[in-house]
Amino acid sequence: MNWLTQFFSRQRRYDELSEEIQAHLEEKVEELVAEGMSREEAMHSARREFGNVGLIEENCREVWAWPSLEDVFFDIRYGLRALSHSPVFAVIALLTIAIGIAANTAVFSVVNSVLLKPLNYPKSEELVALHQVAPGAEGLADFESGLLLSPSMYVTYSEHNQTFQSLGVWISDTANVTGLAEPEQVRTVAVSDGVFETLNVAPAVGRWLSPPDQVPNGPRRVMLSYGYWQRRFGGDPAVIGRNITIDSQPREIVGVMPNGFQFVDADFDLAAPLSFDRGKLILAGFGFHGIARLKPGATIAHANADLTRMLSIWMDSWSNGPGTNPQIYETWKITPMIRPLKQELIGNVGELLWVVMGTIGVVMLIACANVTNLLLVRVEARQQELAVRAALGAGWTRIVRTLLVESLMLGLTGGIAGLGLAYAGVRLLVAIGPSNLPRLNEIALDGRTLAFTVVLSLLSGLLFGLIPALKYAGPRSTLAPQNSGRTISVSREQHRARNVLVVGQVAMALVLLMCAGLMIRTFGALRKVDPGFADPQHLQVMRISIPDTLIAEPERVMRTQNAIVDKLAAIQGVKSVGFVSNMPMEGFDSEWDEIFAQDKVYSGDLIAPLRLYKSISPGLLQTAGTRLVAGRDFTWSEVDSIRPVVMISENLAREIWGTPSAAIGKHLREFKDMPWHEVVGVVQDVREKGVQDKAPEIVYWAPLVHNRFAPVVRTATFVIRSDRAGTESFLQEVSAAVWSVNSNLPLASVRTMQEVYDKSLARTSFTLVMLGIAGAMALALGIIGIYGVMSYTVSQRKREIGIRLALGAQNGDVLHMVLRQGTKLALVGVAIGICAALGLTRLMTNLLFGVTAQDPLTLVAVAALLILIAVLACYIPARRATLVDPMVALRYE
Amino acid sequence: MTKPMQRDLFPGALEMMILRTLKRQPMHGYALVQQIKRTSNDLLEIEEGSLYPALQRLLKAGFVKAEWGISSTNRRVRTYKLRPAGAKHLEREVSSFERMLKGITQVLAPGEL
Repeated sequence: MNWLTQFFSRQRRYDELSEEIQAHLEEKVEELVAEGMSREEAMHSARREFGNVGLIEENCREVWAWPSLEDVFFDIRYGLRALSHSPVFAVIALLTIAIGIAANTAVFSVVNSVLLKPLNYPKSEELVALHQVAPGAEGLADFESGLLLSPSMYVTYSEHNQTFQSLGVWISDTANVTGLAEPEQVRTVAVSDGVFETLNVAPAVGRWLSPPDQVPNGPRRVMLSYGYWQRRFGGDPAVIGRNITIDSQPREIVGVMPNGFQFVDADFDLAAPLSFDRGKLILAGFGFHGIARLKPGATIAHANADLTRMLSIWMDSWSNGPGTNPQIYETWKITPMIRPLKQELIGNVGELLWVVMGTIGVVMLIACANVTNLLLVRVEARQQELAVRAALGAGWTRIVRTLLVESLMLGLTGGIAGLGLAYAGVRLLVAIGPSNLPRLNEIALDGRTLAFTVVLSLLSGLLFGLIPALKYAGPRSTLAPQNSGRTISVSREQHRARNVLVVGQVAMALVLLMCAGLMIRTFGALRKVDPGFADPQHLQVMRISIPDTLIAEPERVMRTQNAIVDKLAAIQGVKSVGFVSNMPMEGFDSEWDEIFAQDKVYSGDLIAPLRLYKSISPGLLQTAGTRLVAGRDFTWSEVDSIRPVVMISENLAREIWGTPSAAIGKHLREFKDMPWHEVVGVVQDVREKGVQDKAPEIVYWAPLVHNRFAPVVRTATFVIRSDRAGTESFLQEVSAAVWSVNSNLPLASVRTMQEVYDKSLARTSFTLVMLGIAGAMALALGIIGIYGVMSYTVSQRKREIGIRLALGAQNGDVLHMVLRQGTKLALVGVAIGICAALGLTRLMTNLLFGVTAQDPLTLVAVAALLILIAVLACYIPARRATLVDPMVALRYE
Repeated sequence: MTKPMQRDLFPGALEMMILRTLKRQPMHGYALVQQIKRTSNDLLEIEEGSLYPALQRLLKAGFVKAEWGISSTNRRVRTYKLRPAGAKHLEREVSSFERMLKGITQVLAPGEL
C-alpha cells in the first residue's frame, strides 16, 4: 500500500478501529453482566480495564503515518477556532506583531541589500580598492578617500605587481553632450585599461573599451550606461558605431553596459577611456580611484606588501620635473591600506544601519512582551478549557503544543501581514533614506529577507508562546477545574510574570527614547552651527562647465563667466550673483595643494602643508552671505588685470599669522614660479564638508590667476540670491540668460542651497526619523503594556477593592493604591532602563554631534516623560477601581 | 486506576505474545486479550486497550492480517490471522528473547556472586 492510498483510506481505518474498540467494550460488558454484575457497574468496569479510549485510539492512529502532522493540522484548526472566538484579542495581537515584523523586515532588507549581499560583480570577494593613506602629508588626513593614485602610480602598479589579476584606475567627472536635444551635462567616468577586466561585467551590447582605445590622440570612443542608452536612444542596438558629440568632440559608441552596472559607487551616463601619455607623466596628480582583482590565494596583506615594494620603484622611476626631489614623498609616509571593495563602497553607513536595526529589533522585543502579556491573560481565562482537555486525556505536552501552535500561528499570520506592510515600508525607507546611501538602487525584498521574516515570525511566535505555555500547562497538575473558581485571587506568582514583562518593556522603551532624544539633540546642535552661508532657501545654485574644446583661452572662459553673471544679475528679483569652484556641502571633490607664506621658512626639501583651495568671483561672498572677517573682497577690475591678490579663511590666518587682521597685506603662493599674492581679505570659516565636520583652512583664489596648470576654473557653481529661487519661472529665465551668452552650455545640479544643506544633514535626519519612529512605537507599546496590566489587575482585584471600600477605605486610598503599584513598576523599569541606556548609547557615539552619549539632560527628560506617561496610563484603571460598587463586588461571594 | 503496561513488559513483549497466540489460531481483539490473560494466569497486568496499538503496529508491518467476520457468539468482529512473515518474526524474536532470558537468569542465579 503506497502512502497515497494510505492517506485516503485512513478515515475508513479509523472508523473501523472505533467500531472494533466499541465491540470489545460491549463484549466485555456482556460477559461481566453474565457473571452477575449490574449493567452500569459492568460498563464502568469494562472502561476501567480497557484504559483511556481516546488516548488508545490516538495511539493507534499514530501508528499510521504522519501522526504529528495530523495533530498539528488539528491544532491549527483548533487554534483558528479559538482565535475567531476572541476577535479583539486576535486583531490587537496580530496588528502588534505585523507592525513589529514589518518594521524589522523593512530595515533588514536595507541591511541585507547594503551590507550583507555581495557586490554585483562576479567573484566580488576578490575585488579590492587600492586605498592608501599619507599621514605625513598634512591636510591629506582630511581626505575621506585617503591618498588617491596618480597616473604614474597606476602605470607602476600595473606593470610591476605580483598579487593582482588586473588593476585599473578611474575618475568621475561631467561632460556636456550636444547635438541630441538641449545641451545636457552628463555624468562621466573615465577609466584606464584594466578597469573592465577587474570588474568583469560583460557589456549588454557591443564591447568594452579596449587598450587601442586608450592610446593618446587615438580613436575617440565611448561606452553608454544602460539608463542613458534607454533615455537618449530608446535602447536601440543599432547605436553601436554611431557618433555622439561630447564636449564638442565626436566620439564613437562601442558598447553599452548592462542595467544596474556601476563603477563602484559611481552612477554614470558615459564611460570614456583615460589615455595617459607615458612620456609626460609625473609623480604627482593624486586624483584617481584604484581598483584591483586579487589573484586567487593572494590576501590583502600580500597585496599591501606588494604595493609597499612598488612605491619605491615608483619614486625611482618618475619625477615632478627638473629641479624637484622625488624623495620628498618619503616624508608623506605613503602607506597602502587596501580594503575590500565592498567595505570601500559601504563606508561608515554600516554603523548607522546596525544602530537602526538594533533599535527596531528592540521594538520587536517590546511588541513580543505585549503579546505575551495578552496571551498570559488569555491562557488564564482559558484555564478551565485547558483543564477539561487535560481531564479528557490530553497529555501536558499536547496542551503545550496546542498553545504553541496557536502562538506560532499568530506569529506567522502577523508575519504575512507584516510582509505586505514591509513592502510599503521599504519604499518609504528608500524615499527617506540618505540619498548618498550606497547601493540604494539594490534595495529590495529578496529571498534572504523572506527567510528572515519567516524566522523572525516563528521565533517571536515561540517567544511569546513559550512563557504562557510553560506557565500554565506544565507537568504539575494545577489545572484542576476547581482552581479557576471565582473567589480565588490571582496568585502573586502569576502577577510576577506580567510585572516582569512590563518592567522590561519600560526599560527597553527608555533606551529607545534615549536614542531618539540624543538624535533630536544632535539635530538641534547641527542646525545651530553657522555653516558659512546665510538664508539658503533663497540661494539658487547650478553648475556650468566650459570645456576647453568649446572655449580654449582662459581669458575668454573668465569673460564668458563674467557675462553670465551680468546676465543673471539682470533678471528681475535677483539681488546678487557670483560663482565659485564649488559651494560648501555640494559633495564635489575639493582641490588641495601646498601653500607657502612669504614670511615663513620651509626647511630644505620639505613641502609646505596642503591646503584646500577654491576660486571665487567678486561678489560671491556677499551673495552667499559669507562674512568677511577682515579686509575686502576681490573686484572685477583686479580679476580682469590678473592682479596677484588672494583671500584666506579665518582659521588659516590665525594659524599662520595669529590674527585675521595681521594677515592682511601678507603674501603667499602655491609654487615657485607663481608670483606672491597679497592677502586682501579674511573670510569666516566655512563648513565645507558639512556642519558636523570641522571647517577646513581654505585659500580663495580669484577666478583668473597666474597658474600654468589651472589659470581658470572651468567648472563652477553659479550662485544667485533671489526671493524667486527654486521657482519654475525663475529657472526658465535663468536658462535663457545663460544660453543668451552661449547656447552650448548645459545647466547641471540645479538646486537651492537649502536642498544642498538638507542633503548634507540627510544621514542625521534619516537616523532621527528612524529612531524617532522606533521610540514612538516603543512608547506606545509600553503604555499599552502598563495600561493592560493595571486594567487586568484592577478587574482581578475588584472583590478585594470592594471589601476595602465596604470596610471604609476612601476613594483616594484606592486610587493611590493602584497608582502606587503602577508607578512602582514604571520606576523599576526606568531605573533598569537608565543603566542599560548608559551602556548602550555608547554604541551610537559616532552618530552624535554636540552631545555626549550619556547626556544627563536627555536622560532626565526621557525618564520624566516615561514616568509621567506611565502614571497617566495607570490613572484610567485606578479611576475605574474607585468606581467599584462594594455591593456588586461582594454579591459574587 | 490501571497501571501502564510498560511497567511490566519490555518493548516488543506484547507483540510477541500476540503473535504466539495467533499462531495457534486466528482470533479477534477481545478474545486475544482474554487468551493472553488466561495463559499468563493473570500474572501479567495488561491494560486491555493497549492491545490495539500493538495490533495496528503488527498490521502495518505486515505480520498479521485482519478480516471482518462473525464470531462464535454471533458478533461482527475483526479477526486477526498470522501471516508467514509474522511467523518468521516470531521465531526470531523468541530465540533472541530466550537468549536474553538465559543471560538474565544466569546473572540472577544464586550462589554465583
